[in-house]
Amino acid sequence: MATENKKVELTDLEQFRLDHGLALTEEPQLTTLNLGPTHPATHGIFQNILQMDGEKIMDAVPTIGYIHRAFEKIAERRPFYQITPLTDRMNYCSSPINNMGYHMTVEKLLGIEIPKRAQYIRVIMMELARISDHLICNSILGVDSGAFTGFLYVMQEREHIYDIYEEVCGARLTTNMGRIGGMERDLSPKALHLIDEFLKRFPKVWAEFEKMLTRNRIFIDRTTDVGAISAERALSYGFTGPNLRAAGVDYDVRVMNPYSSYEDFEFEIPVGSKGDTYDRFLVRNEEVWQSLKIIEQAYKNLPEGSYHADAPHYYLPPKQEVYRNMEALIYHFKIVMGEIDAPVGEVYHSVEGGNGELGFYLISDGGRTPYRLHFRRPCFIYYQAYTEMIKGGQLADAILTLSSLNVIAGELDA
Amino acid sequence: MELTNENVLGKIISEFGEENIWDALNPDGIMTITTNRETIHELIKYLRDDKELQISFLTTMCGIHFPDHKDKEMCMMYQLHSLRHNYRIRIKVFMPASDPVMPTMTDLYATANWMEREAFDFYGFIFTGHPNLTRILNIEEMEYHPMLKQYPLEDQTREDKINTFFGR
Repeated sequence: MATENKKVELTDLEQFRLDHGLALTEEPQLTTLNLGPTHPATHGIFQNILQMDGEKIMDAVPTIGYIHRAFEKIAERRPFYQITPLTDRMNYCSSPINNMGYHMTVEKLLGIEIPKRAQYIRVIMMELARISDHLICNSILGVDSGAFTGFLYVMQEREHIYDIYEEVCGARLTTNMGRIGGMERDLSPKALHLIDEFLKRFPKVWAEFEKMLTRNRIFIDRTTDVGAISAERALSYGFTGPNLRAAGVDYDVRVMNPYSSYEDFEFEIPVGSKGDTYDRFLVRNEEVWQSLKIIEQAYKNLPEGSYHADAPHYYLPPKQEVYRNMEALIYHFKIVMGEIDAPVGEVYHSVEGGNGELGFYLISDGGRTPYRLHFRRPCFIYYQAYTEMIKGGQLADAILTLSSLNVIAGELDA
Repeated sequence: MELTNENVLGKIISEFGEENIWDALNPDGIMTITTNRETIHELIKYLRDDKELQISFLTTMCGIHFPDHKDKEMCMMYQLHSLRHNYRIRIKVFMPASDPVMPTMTDLYATANWMEREAFDFYGFIFTGHPNLTRILNIEEMEYHPMLKQYPLEDQTREDKINTFFGR
């Protein structure tokens, strides 16, 4: 009797057993491991229930929503200016980008033109925020792969960035920076001085940090081919920002749809080739240099003029004026009490956030609050690829993948 | 080919017919068209696979609730982007609140998975063919879909706060 040699389709698990010399019928001892919700290595509150075979991850089930605060619902009941503090709490590593992205969305709805000076100040603040965002991500990646020193060393620079925020808006982490219609105040001489100091000091620090990791044999071995994703899969998963660029797609909102005068500045978009952890690290590193370049240009060419638009119906007047000037008092009262109606409209505006395209989809029915405000949160969209990226890898690699993706729980859950 | 609202709309209408595509608006520079449930999946597939258009990036999707529009209470909004041509398009589908059923896009875009779970979680949309349509941000025991307009943000039985004074 001739036996037919049939080709059998093997499942992942069966293939795994075959590769490891296990009998196909033998049940491997899978261990269930709860990674998170609160674990120092996840850098935020989200859970992954892992099925492990020894050190190897066979399956992962992510659970999110631990710090969901219903921002989209809250935003439907708040006057426009009260929504800015909600956006702070999304990606809290780079809150000024969120604030200004939201302001630009509302300005697009209202049709307000922003003076050049205000746009340049915004660019400076947004790029500082990008630096602080990438700085955290890359130095944490160092920590997770066993290099703690670099993290503390660059953390000092983040403090200096926060000093600049403090001088510009009064807050350090959840900034609520600027207003609908421009900036809340002009850059003070002290703020200019701090920015100047930062531009002088930071390149040395960052070069040193880069030197520690970029050509470090141990770091390269730990990160190359870890958590790789192809450009095609990344696009299908809706990746944007540094994580997409690491996979080789040069999509950057700042270049594709320039906002806030980004077309005035010379800068390059770094791209990677493999989309692995090392590429993401390199892309973020280079973006920090490019951000510095943009800040330098904006700082040098800071135009004269007003730091806010002439839009008294929407721009909160300076407090001194409120005490002295009748109109300012009226507008102040109307804005603060939420008595100003926005025009009917529907806008989408996106900015290049720390992690990618941060979009705001706003529908106004002509009332005092948005009818619907939807945040396109890059973290939420690309974190769903995490399961696919870590499957079949080691647990320690999964941690590195997570920190190189820079998933911020606040933005993930909103 | 330079993509403009006119020629993209022309192509879509010649492919799907005027009876399936209507209300082409341009509220903010992004063309917004309305279609029906039968067409939406084919339309998004067509936009993705057409060699000239290459509108193959799903930027976002979200639900919207209009309780005052009779028989068109629920709306799903899809926003797509052609990275090749830097062209964006927005597509809306309206349906009655009694029947919020949509075809899933998970077979076209991997990213649709969580976006659809979010729309289910907050608005109660049912996506036929979705691999795992469960709540994503809210707890599983929740019995309602909180973004619907009939659920007020705060306890409405409170009388110590006057709406006109508190921006509600």
